[in-house]
Amino acid sequence: MTVEVLDRPSGETPAEATLRIADCDIHPSPKSLEREIHPFLERRWQRHLERYGARPRQPFLNGPAYPKGQPDAARRDAYPPAGGRPGSDLAFMRAQHLDPNNVGFGVLNPLKSGQGLQNLDFADAYCRAINDWQIAFWTREEPRLKASIVIPYEDAAASVREIERCAGEEDYVQVFMLNRTAEPMGQRRYWPIYDAAAAAGLPLAVHAFGFGGAPITGSGWPSYYIEDMTGHAQSSQAVLTSMIFEGVFDRLPGLRMVLIESGFAWLPALCWRLDRVWMRMRDELHRCKRRPSEIVREQVFLTTQPMEEPNRPRQLVECIDWIGWDRLLFATDYPHWDFDQPDRVLPSWVDAEKRRAFFTDNALRVYGRQMP
Amino acid sequence: MTVLPPGAIDCDLHPAPPSVSALMPYLEPHWADAAAHRGLHELETIAWPPNAPLSCRPDWRDGDARPGSDPARLISDAVDGFGTRYAILNCLYGAPMLYSEDMAAGFARALNDWLKAEWLDRDPRLRASITVPPHAPGLAAEEIERAAEDRRFVQVLLPVMGETPPGRRINWPVYAAAERAGLPVAFHAGSAYRHPPTPVGWPSYLAEDYAAQATAFQAALTSLIAEGVFQKFPDLTVVFAESGVAWLPAHLWRLAKYWRGLRMEVPWVDRSPEEIVRERVRFTIQPFDAPEEPDAVARLLEHLGSDDMLLFATDYPHWQFDGMGALPEGLPADLVRRIAVDNPLSTYPRLREGKP
Repeated sequence: MTVEVLDRPSGETPAEATLRIADCDIHPSPKSLEREIHPFLERRWQRHLERYGARPRQPFLNGPAYPKGQPDAARRDAYPPAGGRPGSDLAFMRAQHLDPNNVGFGVLNPLKSGQGLQNLDFADAYCRAINDWQIAFWTREEPRLKASIVIPYEDAAASVREIERCAGEEDYVQVFMLNRTAEPMGQRRYWPIYDAAAAAGLPLAVHAFGFGGAPITGSGWPSYYIEDMTGHAQSSQAVLTSMIFEGVFDRLPGLRMVLIESGFAWLPALCWRLDRVWMRMRDELHRCKRRPSEIVREQVFLTTQPMEEPNRPRQLVECIDWIGWDRLLFATDYPHWDFDQPDRVLPSWVDAEKRRAFFTDNALRVYGRQMP
Repeated sequence: MTVLPPGAIDCDLHPAPPSVSALMPYLEPHWADAAAHRGLHELETIAWPPNAPLSCRPDWRDGDARPGSDPARLISDAVDGFGTRYAILNCLYGAPMLYSEDMAAGFARALNDWLKAEWLDRDPRLRASITVPPHAPGLAAEEIERAAEDRRFVQVLLPVMGETPPGRRINWPVYAAAERAGLPVAFHAGSAYRHPPTPVGWPSYLAEDYAAQATAFQAALTSLIAEGVFQKFPDLTVVFAESGVAWLPAHLWRLAKYWRGLRMEVPWVDRSPEEIVRERVRFTIQPFDAPEEPDAVARLLEHLGSDDMLLFATDYPHWQFDGMGALPEGLPADLVRRIAVDNPLSTYPRLREGKP
């Protein structure tokens, strides 16, 4: 196989060079489970992992349900020269991404974390290990990077314990879930998690992917990876609908939700639809007190990647006008293949104030942080 | 108020049997006996509880009668009411969702015969879609062949959520039969409920189920495109009925982006999904999930990128709008004409035949 790698000269000054940006979706990996994760995992669970593996609600033990488009779903140029998986080498991440793209605030979103595994006790133990690992191997070494509290969300009580255990550590900036939960996310089995996040003053981050067991379409499992990838936008719409209609945002007016890696252009049409449906069936939706679009304008944020790409970029800007320039948090998805390059995502004529909100200020406001 | 031109064609109305017993005269003896002996219950689906606000507009209700069950009312409320030249009946009764393939097919045949006798024979302006068992493609193809002989059947009707994603090869006999008969295939909001209607499980509320229909159409469109249905069946037209429409531009932006990145996985998709959709997929206009402001509507229509895709529909008796406001405000007159007349005529070849 011939692999062509884009030749990106590292000394070039990117267009956003004057602006220190926030990247709200960076995926770290351990170099080695034994060296980096096992120190935080009880012997019993190390043995469990070795014998039984990490079993999600999908067919394959070691890979995703749908084979990716390229190894590790990664950029071809993201493999660290010193070896290891993409996203596993801090020095290379600095050199390839944080420094040249002028990332001043980066949020780590670990994906292989134990979330959504069938065995809830193991999921709990593994999530704890991943949380400790993020601090020890990443945020202590690099002040620009911040950690996520990954929780075994199908077990609300264990999730609350983990949120409370971690919340005092400044380097955690959000509570982190995957969007394919076993039941729609607004349902009350998950409410203790939201109570704990709100009590800790942390945003609830919900990232695409997961293993809830339900097919990603209402007609069953599709055949192709492209269907799974486009399906994340539908999953996020279902998650948001459930959270709104079940009244989670009305119970917790201080809760902020960040939807990660499912795009955003679908939001205006969803809000128009939800407003109509809410008006028509308000007596059924007795827990939802406010107009859905109003809830979204106050409590919901979205990361940008993968940005939808109309043939006419102006249409995307019109779509952001509908959403509001204060709602979107820039994200690259480093080191994955569908990475959005910060100097390419917005047309050059978008004004400086909007760019600042989009690339930096919205994120700092949601996470309540300053640039380090 | 956007005024309809003469000759408008209403592409989505919903007749319903007043009760399951109304189908008895049209069932083959085996299924009629089974229904009687087994005490068959009513078969409306959980998507349309008869008394739910969305299921029937208040001024179209008729006491306790099942919404859409009286032909005289449908004709006076909708066909006379909007002055339509043709009205296409899409029956959403749940009988074809029965798990037994044979029983579902038996009831689908009865529904089609009931439509002919009780509805199509009553008014020359009425047309209908062929109801088929969505999970039994072979039996569905047989029924298409049988029913299509009556040229007042102008398309094939499937729920947007069936047992398998619509593009899957197992469903291709349905598309082959429709293409052979020159009939578009309509996917209508609704589900056979073989799977939870959302990617994250069963919702709590009817409102949530209805909101999820728009996402089901997104997934269905992805499936039809990714599996190559439009290449395999070059003469097939697909209609999305009661889809909400407004989700389409954003979905196509996303799908086209991933197609550019992943087309090696689906090499038969030989052009951009946007092009395929503009040429081959049509959308009924109720509900139209756009804001009220004409400016936003105009922008959304520009994002859709084609004047050929929208089909006029009232969605009778569902409560999507009040009064005569079946079309969004502020549409230019020539676009209204296309939506109400030209687009339906080019979508449905059998409507161009005049008297059947």
